[in-house]
Amino acid sequence: MEPGIDNETGRSRAGVSEEIAIRIEAMNKWYGSYHALRDINLSVKSGERIVVAGPSGSGKSTMIRCINRLEEHQSGRIFVDGIELSSDLKNIDKVRSEVGMVFQHFNLFPHLTILENCTLAPIWVRQTPRNEAIQTAMHFLEKVKIPEQAHKYPGQLSGGQQQRVAIARSLCMKPKIMLFDEPTSALDPEMIKEVLDTMVELAEEGMTMLCVTHEMAFAQAVANRVIFMDQGQIVEENNPHDFFNNPQSGRTRLFLSQILRH
Amino acid sequence: MIDGNPAFVRGELLPAREPPAGEKGLLKLCRENFFRDWLSALLTVASLIAVLLIVHSLSPWLFNAVWNARSLNECREILNGAEGACFAVIRDRWAQLLFGFYPPTQYWRPVLAFGLMLAALAPILFPSVPRRFLLFSTVFPGLGYWLIWGGSLWLPLTAYIGLAVGGIAMRLTARLGGGIAAGLAFISALTWWLVASGPVTTALAQLLPLALATVTSREMGGFLLSIVIGVTGISLSLPLGIVLALGRRSTMPLVMMLSVVFIEFIRGVPLITLLFTASLLLNSFLPPGTNFDLILRVIIMVTLFATAYMAEVIRGGLAALPQGQHEAAEALGLDYWKAQRLVIMPQALKISIPGIVNSFIGLFKDTTLVVFIGLLDPIALSNSIRATTDWQGIYWELFIFIGGLFFLLCFGMSRYSMHLERRLKTDHR
Repeated sequence: MEPGIDNETGRSRAGVSEEIAIRIEAMNKWYGSYHALRDINLSVKSGERIVVAGPSGSGKSTMIRCINRLEEHQSGRIFVDGIELSSDLKNIDKVRSEVGMVFQHFNLFPHLTILENCTLAPIWVRQTPRNEAIQTAMHFLEKVKIPEQAHKYPGQLSGGQQQRVAIARSLCMKPKIMLFDEPTSALDPEMIKEVLDTMVELAEEGMTMLCVTHEMAFAQAVANRVIFMDQGQIVEENNPHDFFNNPQSGRTRLFLSQILRH
Repeated sequence: MIDGNPAFVRGELLPAREPPAGEKGLLKLCRENFFRDWLSALLTVASLIAVLLIVHSLSPWLFNAVWNARSLNECREILNGAEGACFAVIRDRWAQLLFGFYPPTQYWRPVLAFGLMLAALAPILFPSVPRRFLLFSTVFPGLGYWLIWGGSLWLPLTAYIGLAVGGIAMRLTARLGGGIAAGLAFISALTWWLVASGPVTTALAQLLPLALATVTSREMGGFLLSIVIGVTGISLSLPLGIVLALGRRSTMPLVMMLSVVFIEFIRGVPLITLLFTASLLLNSFLPPGTNFDLILRVIIMVTLFATAYMAEVIRGGLAALPQGQHEAAEALGLDYWKAQRLVIMPQALKISIPGIVNSFIGLFKDTTLVVFIGLLDPIALSNSIRATTDWQGIYWELFIFIGGLFFLLCFGMSRYSMHLERRLKTDHR
């Protein structure tokens, strides 16, 4: 599937179950006295693909970073896979090993080879035997189409390759949910497609995904829902067809006109 | 705009050509480095002249050197008015410069300990050495202590048993949480050392002595002393510095405060002050009758001093790491200690290598400061050698020897650090 071609409304809801993967209830977050997230309510079903859009500073990244508690929320509740995120460290570790995250700047470990990057967490967190971890890692590196780079260091790879490794590294933990925090924003235009292709493939396999991205073509191609955020709030939430063709709020229309115009 | 024929398409790749003759080889090297313009040419010539002058004025002193004499007067007789060094003093007194007043019949013990130390360092310094030799590295501190100070082998052995006791206590109480388990382990090890190890050592020594002749700390000196203090200080200050650096960046206010106070206090006080504290004041704080070895006290102070500096060096490395590394490690589910050990520290330490080795070298040379509390480091020994009637009035030769040996050891550390930086260079920037 090519992102940007598929424009039909009733996209396949295959793989979406009624099981709730993430539930956020009246979540608020402050940085000092700055109210960064305001009354966020969101529930994500297993297998759903959600794209979070919005202008910079709107709290999109902060919101998905709350889901694996890279950021702490101050009020409201977050349940991930039935586990509530509180200050209980055990729950946080449990959630983190079920939730994969891909960052804007890849954040690969530069002192380890690609393969070691991918086997580190399975070996040390899941206590997977080394050989098994290597097999899993090679499997996912093949999936993102760079098995031949396994023994190189991250610094020797291009940005697109690094981001694909980062995806493979997360997948090696066999997560139930994947969070993407602007995965293509730091890439050269030529490399964006290879990363998006990998993500599309992942979506087709039924992974629960939350993507913060400005790639609207990707949103149209794979998302079940698009969420638009502004000033720390969810302003609009809709299926991609209606979101792009018939945006309800003025803020959304302005945003779309600005990013889709050129 | 090109009229008529707007498109340009290159059909084939242009072949690569050789650079011009002056742009390669020795000629280019000389031109670029020594004779780039008239100023650099002038400086090249001036430097050459300076080097030649120095060599010319030093060479008679070095080449006329007397290696075989029993006193400075004899040297002068042999030289008969000519200019020349009297390295005979080194030949006469080298053992003293190396070992101080260590009993000559026992010289084999520090020598063996030094050799074993190199063997113990090998698996730590070079990854090509099989990992199983690390076991010897953990055994060496006790073995080295026993070889140098003598006494019963059971003393270091029971000390190791204390570590084992602590380890077992930690394993048994691990369910109670990391902090509590570590505390209990520490308490049980301490109890073993304070209560049980003494009687056990005595009892075992009666069964099977396994003892070497005891050498007291007062008899040790020279490079033996410098290396004992330096190596112990270096190998303790690195791990303690790591803990302290983490403490200073901790989010727990108490841990952070304690670390800051420790670092700032120790760094704000001259090492000499700490050494005097070790030699004079520490005894007043200890219960009467305890005899706390002077070298041990000095080692503790030197280690504390180096630890404070080390912590700041490592904190610099930690601060240089992007926040994303912490986040990636956390997002993968690694807990704090695993993230530190597997992701953060390997990178932070790599960044800090120049600073760490800088501290190591500084610490090693600072060991000569123990002269002020009456320990016989190489400098103190050179003074006492010059105070004898035989060698009164000799300066350069002794200091050249001491300086040369210090230089060799420090240069070795520096070269190793450069090697390490190259080996660990994986960022390909």
